[in-house]
Amino acid sequence: MTDTSLHLWVIPILPLVGAAINGLLGRRFKNGMVSFVALFFTALSFCWAAWAVWSAWPARGLVALPYIETHGNWIWTSTFSAPFGFYLDQLSMVMVLVVTGVGFLIHIYSVGYMGHEGGYYRFFAYLNLFMFFMLMLVLANNYLLMFVGWEGVGLASYLLIGFYFLKDSAADAGKKAFIVNRIGDFAFLIGMFLLIQHFGTLNFGGKEGVFSKVSELGIDGGWGWLTITALCFVFGATGKSAQVPLYVWLPDAMEGPTPVSALIHAATMVTAGIYMIARSNAIFSRSPHALGVVAVIGCVTAIFAATMGMAQTDIKRVLAYSTISQLGYMFMACGVAAYSMAIFHLMTHAFFKALLFLGAGSVIHALGGEQDMRRMGGLHKLIPWTFWTMTAATFAIAGFPPLSGFFSKDDILGKTFESPFAGHLLWTVSIITAALTSFYMFRLWFMTFFGERRPDADLGDAHSPAHDAAPAGRGHDDDHGHGVHESSWVMLAPLVVLAIGAVVSGWAGIPQFLKGHNEIDHFLKPAIQTPAEVAASPEGAAARPPAEEHTESTGVEWTLAVSSVAVAGVGLFFAWLLYYKRRDLPDRITSKIHGLYLLVLHKYYVDEAYGAIFVKPLLAISTSVLWHGIDQGVIDGMVNGAGERSQEIGNQLRRMQSGNIRSYAAWVAAGGAAVLVYMLWHSLAGVSK
Amino acid sequence: MVPLSWYLILSAILFSLGVFGFLLKRNIITIFMSIELMLNAVNLTFVAFANFWNQQAARLPYQVVPLSGQVFVFFVMVVAAAEAAVGLAIIIAVYRTRETLNVDRVNLLKL
Repeated sequence: MTDTSLHLWVIPILPLVGAAINGLLGRRFKNGMVSFVALFFTALSFCWAAWAVWSAWPARGLVALPYIETHGNWIWTSTFSAPFGFYLDQLSMVMVLVVTGVGFLIHIYSVGYMGHEGGYYRFFAYLNLFMFFMLMLVLANNYLLMFVGWEGVGLASYLLIGFYFLKDSAADAGKKAFIVNRIGDFAFLIGMFLLIQHFGTLNFGGKEGVFSKVSELGIDGGWGWLTITALCFVFGATGKSAQVPLYVWLPDAMEGPTPVSALIHAATMVTAGIYMIARSNAIFSRSPHALGVVAVIGCVTAIFAATMGMAQTDIKRVLAYSTISQLGYMFMACGVAAYSMAIFHLMTHAFFKALLFLGAGSVIHALGGEQDMRRMGGLHKLIPWTFWTMTAATFAIAGFPPLSGFFSKDDILGKTFESPFAGHLLWTVSIITAALTSFYMFRLWFMTFFGERRPDADLGDAHSPAHDAAPAGRGHDDDHGHGVHESSWVMLAPLVVLAIGAVVSGWAGIPQFLKGHNEIDHFLKPAIQTPAEVAASPEGAAARPPAEEHTESTGVEWTLAVSSVAVAGVGLFFAWLLYYKRRDLPDRITSKIHGLYLLVLHKYYVDEAYGAIFVKPLLAISTSVLWHGIDQGVIDGMVNGAGERSQEIGNQLRRMQSGNIRSYAAWVAAGGAAVLVYMLWHSLAGVSK
Repeated sequence: MVPLSWYLILSAILFSLGVFGFLLKRNIITIFMSIELMLNAVNLTFVAFANFWNQQAARLPYQVVPLSGQVFVFFVMVVAAAEAAVGLAIIIAVYRTRETLNVDRVNLLKL
């Protein structure tokens, strides 16, 4: 530790102050005042974060990394303590900049998007609250403080998904997100308990921290407690990061306002699981089995979500499945121990996916609340700014060079190819996923921006019920009737900034075979231990093995890169063919493979299966056993029984109240006689002694 | 000199007479008189003990206030007089409404 203090605690506190001001007083503020407070504190937080990162920038060497800052004890017992500690290393630097930067842009956008909505102050108070918890999550120096942020972002997510709380589907979606997340959180807690049991601490850094203690352990090749801990963390991460089997909440979370989907359910909160795994790399790198599980989960999620995304017609739901799929990529990267690639993809994804959501929001806004892509079309001339920024993001996510998505995705593909753990299988699945990604993204692009306008298209039976209720609660400005209008500059400016980010952010990780230096990989390296390093030096990560890069020949890397671009092109071609050139083809194809299409359209009936397997039995057991049995039978029975018994006893006792004075007097006399006998008895006994 | 125990025995007899009269008689007036009898039995013990302690005063480690027992009797008599006034008024009121002085028929105070 150095003498210079970065005052990291200020970074999360600032949005909290904003949330408190807006939440407590915002009802009386004018909209302008509310947005000023929210934006001011978020901007200040971003500036402070930027300053802290600049001060601690590794290349400048002014502050020793990881930088740890402690502000008193939170929990303090003889055997265990959890301080209010903040931790800044290369990993949290990337995260804190992404969270505050993208967060600030989305705050700006929300000023325009939410301008006509009720509960304006409430929205910004929640949004600032989210920023606070998210920053706690990424800056915490122990798992427990991280868990506070972890739960807090879940709370903010719940509040914001259910922002239109008068709408049943929104309220239900909020509850679903919260409950599904709780299932994962439970596993996360168990993992923390295991760490406390074995290490007696939850701190990340420091001499007595988890990272230094775990480095004394060797590789857990079997299913020891370290692997179990890691698996608990994985399960926790599947909840927060919407992976199989707990991904089901994220598509429904699209009920929230679009800026929320962009900030929480695409760019930041859902990446918390990936951050947590990357943060715990010292644990995961010692547990090959846990890494394998991570890779499999990521791989399965990536391809399943991508196929589900192909059949969706709600523009936001397509993006939601795309998010799940991309998170699957990040999981896969973590699973092959390419943590820095996961974080790299997390960063580029934050840019282009936030941009896609905000662009989708701009489209929805332009069409007065319409979310179904079948009613869109031909918008590229009407809303040119939205169109061009969305185009940048679409090409970025599809993986066309030199946009950001190409570099991060290609890095992950390369790492999965190299991976000893079923590498080629993982690579095959992920390259298919890349093709699907490109296909559904360009499907969205063509359906939305090209072809003819069809605002009154007949949607048939598949029309989603969620959409029916949508316009009712939304007060989108519809002055121009059905006239399409470009959004105001408040909404376009963040789009443009994010578009620049979506284009250039990938250049931080240009691989070596493309004459780049892969800066992000080198930048993150000090914060990360790979299994190879652990195996090379079981005594600790300090002694770094000699660089063993370029295990792959340049030729193979070129082949991989070209193939990933080629599949993106294939996806583009098919999307162009089906949704631009021959618009009749999709219907004919879907009618040919009707069963398969229905299966995909209904998302493999996973929601229904979960409902039948978990929700219904749980409800039935809760109703018959917990409610009727224990609550009504035992607890109510005890309470009511006590009442009934005392009533019965009273009924018996009341017969003493005969109203007959002489019987009362007899009782008194008998009592007096009893006292007299008692006293005589004692005095006689005393005498006899 | 009459010893203390005689007074106490007489007092106990009087008190028991009062108790049995209270329990066995049905006429409210008789019951009322039995109560007076009990009160006066207690008064008798008061004066008896007061007299007894005054005689023993020299042998006691503390100072005996002269006449304190007798003064208590006056208090009891005053309270008994007040009680007699209230009690007789109640009896008259009861007789006016129930037209009987039999307590077994004045048993409305029950559930």
